[in-house]
This record gives sequence, C-alpha cells and structure tokens, in this order.
Amino acid sequence: MNTEFLIAIVTGTVVAATPLIYAALGELVAERAGVLNLGVEGMMLVGALAAFAVGTGTGSLILGYAAAIGAGVLLALLFATLTLSLQTNQVATGLALTLFGLGLSAFAGRKFAGLPIEGLKPVSIPVLSKLPVVGPLLFHFDPAVYGSILVYVIVDRVLKRTRAGLQLRAVGESPAVAHALGQPVMLTRYLAVLFGGAMSGIAGAYLSTALTPMWVEGMSAGRGWIALALVVFATWKPLRVVLGAYLFGGVTILQLHAQALGLSAPSEILSMLPYAATIIVLVIICRDPKTILLNQPASLGKSFHPDL
Amino acid sequence: MRIASPLIASAAMLVTGFLIFAFLGKDPLSALYMFFIQPLDSLYGVGELVLKATPLALCALGLAVGFSANIWNIGAEGQLTLGAICGGGVALFWSGELGRLALPVILLAGVAGGAAWAAIPAVLRTRFNTSEILVSLMLVYIAQLLLAYLLHGAWRDPEGFNFPQSKAFDDAVILPLLMDGQRANISFLFMLALASLSWIFSRRSFAGYRMIVAGQAPDAAAYAGFSQRRNVWLAFLVSGGAAGLAGVCEVVGPIGRLQADISPGYGFAAIIVAFVGRLHPIGIVLAALLMSLLYLGGESVQLGLQLPAAVTGLFQGLLLFYLLAADLFIGFRLRRTPAAIKVPA
Amino acid sequence: MNDSSPATPRLILSGITKRYPTILANDHVDLRVEVGEIHALMGENGAGKSTLMKIVYGVTRPDAGRIEWNGAEVVIHSPAEARRLGIGMVFQHFALFETLTVAENISLALDERIAPAALAPRIRAVAERYGLPVDPARLVHSMSVGERQRVEIVRCLLQSPKLLIMDEPTSVLTPQAVLQLFETLRRLAAEGMSILYISHKLEEIRTLCDTATVLRAGRVSGTARPREETNASLARLMVGSDLDDAPLEPHPAGEVRLEVRGFSMKARDPFGTALRDIDLTVRAGEIVGIAGVSGNGQRELLAALSGEALGQHEGSISLGGRRVESLGAAARRDLGLGFVPEERLGRGAVPAMSLAQNALLTGAHAGMVRLGLVQSGAARASARATIAEFKVKCGSELSAAERLSGGNLQKFIVGREIRLAPKVLLVAQPTWGVDVGAAQMIHQALIALRNAGTAVLVISEELDELFAICDRIAVLTAGRLSKPEPRASLTVEKIGLLMTGATQEPTQSQAHA
Repeated sequence: MNTEFLIAIVTGTVVAATPLIYAALGELVAERAGVLNLGVEGMMLVGALAAFAVGTGTGSLILGYAAAIGAGVLLALLFATLTLSLQTNQVATGLALTLFGLGLSAFAGRKFAGLPIEGLKPVSIPVLSKLPVVGPLLFHFDPAVYGSILVYVIVDRVLKRTRAGLQLRAVGESPAVAHALGQPVMLTRYLAVLFGGAMSGIAGAYLSTALTPMWVEGMSAGRGWIALALVVFATWKPLRVVLGAYLFGGVTILQLHAQALGLSAPSEILSMLPYAATIIVLVIICRDPKTILLNQPASLGKSFHPDL
Repeated sequence: MRIASPLIASAAMLVTGFLIFAFLGKDPLSALYMFFIQPLDSLYGVGELVLKATPLALCALGLAVGFSANIWNIGAEGQLTLGAICGGGVALFWSGELGRLALPVILLAGVAGGAAWAAIPAVLRTRFNTSEILVSLMLVYIAQLLLAYLLHGAWRDPEGFNFPQSKAFDDAVILPLLMDGQRANISFLFMLALASLSWIFSRRSFAGYRMIVAGQAPDAAAYAGFSQRRNVWLAFLVSGGAAGLAGVCEVVGPIGRLQADISPGYGFAAIIVAFVGRLHPIGIVLAALLMSLLYLGGESVQLGLQLPAAVTGLFQGLLLFYLLAADLFIGFRLRRTPAAIKVPA
Repeated sequence: MNDSSPATPRLILSGITKRYPTILANDHVDLRVEVGEIHALMGENGAGKSTLMKIVYGVTRPDAGRIEWNGAEVVIHSPAEARRLGIGMVFQHFALFETLTVAENISLALDERIAPAALAPRIRAVAERYGLPVDPARLVHSMSVGERQRVEIVRCLLQSPKLLIMDEPTSVLTPQAVLQLFETLRRLAAEGMSILYISHKLEEIRTLCDTATVLRAGRVSGTARPREETNASLARLMVGSDLDDAPLEPHPAGEVRLEVRGFSMKARDPFGTALRDIDLTVRAGEIVGIAGVSGNGQRELLAALSGEALGQHEGSISLGGRRVESLGAAARRDLGLGFVPEERLGRGAVPAMSLAQNALLTGAHAGMVRLGLVQSGAARASARATIAEFKVKCGSELSAAERLSGGNLQKFIVGREIRLAPKVLLVAQPTWGVDVGAAQMIHQALIALRNAGTAVLVISEELDELFAICDRIAVLTAGRLSKPEPRASLTVEKIGLLMTGATQEPTQSQAHA
C-alpha cells in the first residue's frame, strides 16, 4: 500500500468523520442536559444551505460558516421554545424539525443547485507537516478539521472540570432536584440545545463547503441520524464520540475505495455500509440494559417544567 | 376540543403560505387558489386527491397504533419500499403463472414485505433494547438502496433505455379504478376498511387499551402484566404491513411498474398525518386528504408559478410545527415523552 | 454561635395561614422556637407540617401572618434568602445527584460558588466536628441512605445555620442510626443551634425534643413538653383520640399460599439492591409483614413477587403450590395474585384515565373483557361497586384518577384488588401519604381480607403499622430477609437489631449509618 493511497484513506476518513464529530458533540451536550433533539438532520441541511448561499454570495467562507451557525441556532431556538417552554413532546417536535428543515432547505436552496463554490482548503501546520510520513498525514487538513478537535477538547473540559459542566450534568440527571437547589434548569437546557444547533449548523456547513463542495437537496443523506446514533454508541462520552466518528468515517471511505481494497460489490450495496454499521453498533451497545441505565442521562427525553 | 388545534394549525399554515407567496413576488391570493382550490376543480382532480390520500392514510393508520404506545416507527418509508419491491417482484416474475390469483398474491406479498422489514426494528428493540427510531430510519436508506440496486441490475427493463426501472406490469395485475376519468383505485376501499378496523382496535379492543396504557403510564402497564414486547411487535407488524400495502398499491396502481422513485416521502408525511389526525381514524383520513392536497398544490404551483416542488415539504413541516404549538394553547399535550432507549419489561 | 440575647426567641410564627384550592393547609398557626432548643413539629400526614416548613424555608409565601427572626420581622422570598438568614433544611427526600460525588453535589447546592476540590477539606472538617463521617470523593449512588442523609446535613452545616429544620429525618434510618443522629443534633443544640424537628414518631420526639407544637388539620392543637408526656397523651393531641392499641385477634392460618425458597436475583437497576436467599411463606388467613428502611430491596422483592421483574435468578417462588418464578405479572394474576403497589399514580392507576378505565387495568379476567373486546359496562359497574364499598370520594366512576386525593385513590386501588378476591395479596406502603381516616379503613379492609382467608403480605416502612395489623413480621436488610417471627415476640429494639443484619459482611450499601 503506497503512501499516497494511505494518505487518501486517512484524509478521506477524517473528512468524512468531521461533520459527524461536530453534530454528535453538539447533540451530546444537549442530551447530557436531558434534551433529545431528533432535528439534527434538519438543522444540518439548513446549515449546509446557509453556508453555501452566503459563501457563494459574499465570497467569504467565514461568513458562510457564521450564517450556518446562525441558522442552526435559530432552528434550535424554535425547538427549544416548543419543547422546553411549551412542553411539547420531544420526539414529535424533533421529527417536525427535521421534516421542516428538509422542506425549507429544499425550497430555499433551489437556485443554488449546481452552482460552484470555492471550498475549504487544507492548511499545513508549519513545522509539523514537514515530518516524514506523519506530517502530510496528520497536519495537512482544512481548518474545520482542527476545529472539530478543538471543540472536542472544549466540550470535554467544560463537562468535567467547570461548574457550568457540573450544572449541566446535574440538570441532565434530575432537573427536579436541580431546580430544588436553585439551578437555572431552563436556561441550562436552552443553552445546551442552542449549542447543539450551532454545532449541527457547522456540520452542515462542512458538508457543502468541504466534503462535497456544492449544494444538493437532502445532501446530508442521513448523517444527522448517524450522529444521533453516535451519541448512544459513545455512551454519552465525548472521546468515544470522536473515536466513533472516525470509525464511521472509515466505513464510509471503504465504499469509495472498495475496488482498490479488493472489495468487489455493487455500489448500492457498498453505500448501505454506513447505515448497516450504525444498526450494528447500536445493537452492540444497547444489548446490555445496564450500559444504557448507567450512562444515559436519567432525564433524557422527559419533560420538565419548574412551575409544577 | 381535540379538533380545535388541527384546525388552528391549518389556518396558521394558510396564513404563512399567504405570506410566503407574497414574499416570493407572486400574487398571494391567486397562488393560494392555485395551491388549494384549483387541484380539485375536476373529477380527475378529486381522483388525484383520493389517490394520494390513500397511501398517506394507510401508513398513518398503521403508525397511529404504535404512536399511542410511544412506539416510534419512523421507517414507514422503508417498509413502503419493501412492500413495493416484494409485490412488484411477484408482479414481474409470477403474474403469468398465478393467473386470477396474481393480484391478491401481489398485494399480500406487499403486506408481508413491509411487515418483514418492520420486524427488524421490532426484534432489535425487544431483544436488544435498541432504539426503534434509529434502526427503522437506517432501514429506510437501506431499502431505497436495495431498490436502486435491483433496478440497476437484475430487474431492469432491458428495453428501458437503461433507466432504473422495471418492465411495466401486465394490465391484469393493475388495481382496478374506482371509476373512469380519474386515477383513484380500489386501494381507497382497502384504506376505508383499515380505518374501520383501526377504530375498533383503539376504541374497543383490549389490545388497543393495553397500548394506550403503555403510552400513558408504562409502569402501570408493567404492573398490570401487559407485555410491552407484544405491543412493540403488534405496532411494528401492523404499521409495516400497512406501509407495505401502501407501497405495493402505488406500484400496481398509478405507477404501473417498479422505478427508483416510488414515493414522494409518503412514509414521512404519514407521521405528520397521524399527529394532525390525533391518532384517530376519522382524523387521520381527513388529515390525509389535507396532506394530499398539499402535494397536489405543490405540483400545481410548480407548473403554474415555477415554484419548486419542495414547497410541499415546507408546508408539511409548517403544518406539524403549528400543530404542536396549537396543542399548547388548547391545553392538550401528548402525554409522555419517551427516553431514547427503553428497557423492555 | 450565639449572636442574639438569650431572651429573644430564634423564630416566631404568628397567625400563619395558607390556603390551597382544595384545602386550608395552615390555619392561624403560631410557633415559637428558642435558641438552642430542639422543637418538634408534630402531626399526622396531611396536618400541614410540610406546608408550614415550606413557608419558613421560603419555598412558598403565607397568605396571612408574620415571621420574626431573631426579634425582627422578615419576609422570606426564596430558599436562598432563607439560607442567608441562617435557616437550613434537610429534606425528607434528598436533593442529591447519584452520578456525582459528594463534593460535586455540595458544590452545586451551596449559594457561594466553590469548586468541589476546594470544598473537600471544609467538608471533612465539618464532618469530623459533628461526628458525621463523609468522604467528599465518593459517588452518591454508592452510599447508603443513612450516609446520604449525613451528606445533606453536612451541606446544611457548611452554611452555618442558626436554625436547622429536619423533615421526617428518621423515616429512612435504622434504630441505631437514629441514635447516632440524635447525638449529632444534641451536640448542635448545645452550641446554640435551634432545631425544628418534623415528625410523627412519638417515641423519638419524647426522647429527643424539648418542646413540641402539634398540628391537626391545619391548626395548632396544642403545645407540650414531650419529656413530660406519654405516647398516649401526645397521640391524643395529634389525632384527637387515643391510639387504637387493641391487639389483633389471632386467626388460625391455613394452607401455604405463597412460598419463596432460596430466592436470589440481581437488581436490574445498577443502583439497586440484589435479593439474596429469600425464604418466606405466607399462609391463608394470615398477614405477614416485612419491615425495613427503604433501599434494602423492598422494590426488588415486590417486583420479583409480582412478576414485573423477570430475569436470572436462583430459587423458587410458588403460588398455591405452582412454581411461578418464570411467569409474568399477568400469569400470576391469573393464579390469584393481587398487588397494591407503592406508587399510586403512574403504576397502580393511569392518571389521565377514569376510575372505570382503571378498573380494567387488573380486572381483565373479571368479566370486563370478552373475545378481546372491552366490556365498558362491566368495567363501570365494577368501579361503581368499588367506590361504594370503600367510600371513595370522587365525582363518579368516570372521574380521572389524578383528580382523587391520595387517600381516596389508595382506597380505590386497595378496593379494586380486594374485590378481585385474590388468593394472595401483596401490599406495599399501604397508608403512605394517606389521611388518618382512609388509613384506618385500609387497615380494617386488610384485616377483613385476612379473616376471609386470603394470604396477605405487607411491606412497610412504618413499624407502627406493621405492629398493628401483622401476625408475623420479618425484616429485609440489604436484600436478605430475616426469619419471620410472631408479632407478640418482637419489639422495636429487636427489629432494629435485625435491621443491622448480624450475619452481614460489610458492603458499600450496608447500613453502617
């Protein structure tokens, strides 16, 4: 296996994993606060469109990403208002969000289909990318990839070491107790959901500006759902989210390089791999009910209102 | 009072539609007319309304069984696809041998295909505690890829110019129409039959009672000895079978063959139909007609005003959002929000 | 520390009144707590104690009346403000997060922001000083109930309160742990802290408290010096009549209806208690009671007996001679098992459904279901009969379960199960949160059922209740069951000893407290 092929595999894996990392870490924060947001797919698509539209419109990818974050946050705000303040069913509202995001992005994106965009360019880290073998492999990615690792570090540190993270975990376990102690349960959950929205927005932006720089209706192709599954697979731990995302990235790459790797199968069957893999990892994790009982935030999906 | 929020939600959707059309620079009133009234101004139009409402209602009636018990089958679109594949397969390869029995067997194959596909999330949930939401959803993508695979390969019409579609089915296995001059067929009658059965099930049967208890108070269901396993299986087999029936009726109905694109998202729209219809058979039928009108309207403004077909999806999403919001002000809330993973009793 | 002159009372409540839509919870209540005094607030369930404490702790505001703190009138708007004044409260149901450590929990609960790491030495210092051993780094879910209470007390003490309110603190403690708690409280009082001790346990109040204010139906029915009173005189103040000390009429026990032999099962919940080697027989015509503070396996035992928890196990459970340990709840009901669970709403009854619909819950085989179809007429008739026989106060059989008061819903559920003529009836916490009248009626119904030949098993945390209605009593500790002994041969002390489980090897969840 020559170096170029290896680089291609690794690069492909990382690039495929990056949107999953953003979206799954965002959802992890929301779920650790006890909120199940099934609207990740919808938020990703709207984010993808926003980044593409603003990016092509203004020529600035940074503005594009900012727009994507804004779009994700807005949709998340809609979701949060309905489920947290108005107490609607979280599953139904999340589904509504996805369907709405699908429709909205398809509708608003009609004139962007087929337009070209100058995607994210890889950036070489000065000294490190000159290292033999490792250099071009690990230190020559686009900024969003490094950003995803940074987000992981921040999320991990905040959850484990800061008071805000402590509060979030407490709210996720028992909002009633947290409320009795005077914690701002609603605010914590709102912020967690909005963070999730922002991350989904970035994930979507990455799709339309880096992974496949273009806009196509429904281009996330289920990645939002896979991100949701990732959170479960990772038993709500940030490091495992990252590792799981790379695992999925690898599976996705398999289908692209199948021939080179000696796998001959029809392309549609290979395309099934990520989805089948998702099912399999979910079964592996969920088999033992204790795994879920020990790790799932106890209040996940349950409505809570401080006035009751 | 339960009908108030769907009505309010529909009204809000209309108002928003008015604003959207205006924003797009089209005359809002005539756009609304083109969207909601024009599709119905002929026998053919009414037939189209019924034709599209049928698969929506079939799926939604099946889904409603599970939703009342917090069993979330999100993969109706995939089960619909499998129903089309199984029924279509029988139509392609055995319609000759089966003679008069061909159509019934095709329909049964469709139901069985959908039910079998739905059995996967059912077994994974009951035996491995896996979230049925995520599994059924993943299976949608797999089902669609399976259809594409078959149509690009073994089932492709050799005289079809390499389009991913099968040979057209024999006339003998096409569903009979309800009347000439329009396209609605006897699948509409299947849907009415299912609606009646569904009414008996949820209002009168003990099995329906068990599901409602499971949805409202899972601990009480466990206490009473109601098996959540049985509920999950029942919900998935019924909704899978209904979706499979919807799928096969599409391909031996208006489509007449197997092709890559057999459903404009009926399986997902059916989720909205189930909620807007309040999980009640009559409500679901009415909501299906409304949803069907949204599809027709979308096509109508696509042709008439050069708006994208996606406008339908937009309205659908809006409708569901408004419904959820409207529920609050009427004071009726879906009672329980389930955790992502449930441990079966 | 004493920062007010000895003559000024710590706390004075005058004319406190609080009205809720359905009830007058506090009716012109006066209360006076001195510096360094241990003051009991007594009353039956529903007498208004917790409402009064919510007012003192700032959770809710009175409709009328005044509060004086150290001589000055105050209005307490929130728990944070109460804490600022110097009022601390240890709740009956602990506000702790299982998946966090002691230090993290306390860090969240304190008003000033201190990181858990910085708190640890302060926690240890307070713990040492007052004899409340607590390890700041331990995860709460690994702690026994007694240990968790210590965490709550330490949390309060860290904020240097002048008044400590304790809400039913001993309902979760073994008799030995109670003594330890009393030691701590006396030490605190000696340093000038005032303690408001909410309870309905007469013995304890007489041992510990200097003064007592008694509430009955929202009003102060009297004040007393507990050490100078008898249980009977205190009870009269609480309930308005003498305690019914009439011993249970003995009843000959018939054939074995429920037999548990060598039964062991791991807990499904990772924070739960495993059942170990349970041996138990209940015969027709007797009531067997199982005592024990919560957290020792009661839920697990009940779920194993009812059939709601199936899984890997050893040993056997038999109903009327038939092995049932692998059968589910529905099958066991078919064999004549009835069950009144601990939770009324959400388990014993579906809150949003009517009483008639709730009759269906366990009445499927009593003619309410035929050919798979629900016979709503039969269900309604059955609910009406239950309502009449057990005097359930409600609109009608069509009223939603959640609209009934706790006592009335409990009467309905108990009545529903009894009317199914079970061969074996399991009952959990039969009179928890139930008013005196309903509690009495439930006890009488259970005794009548026993006299009619049913085998009854009662699991309760109220020793008084068990002594009142049981023929034999056993104790459940850390998942092990002691040998049931005839009631007459038991005393509270003996049960306390049984609760520590002489044969136990020390475990994490062991009540070392």
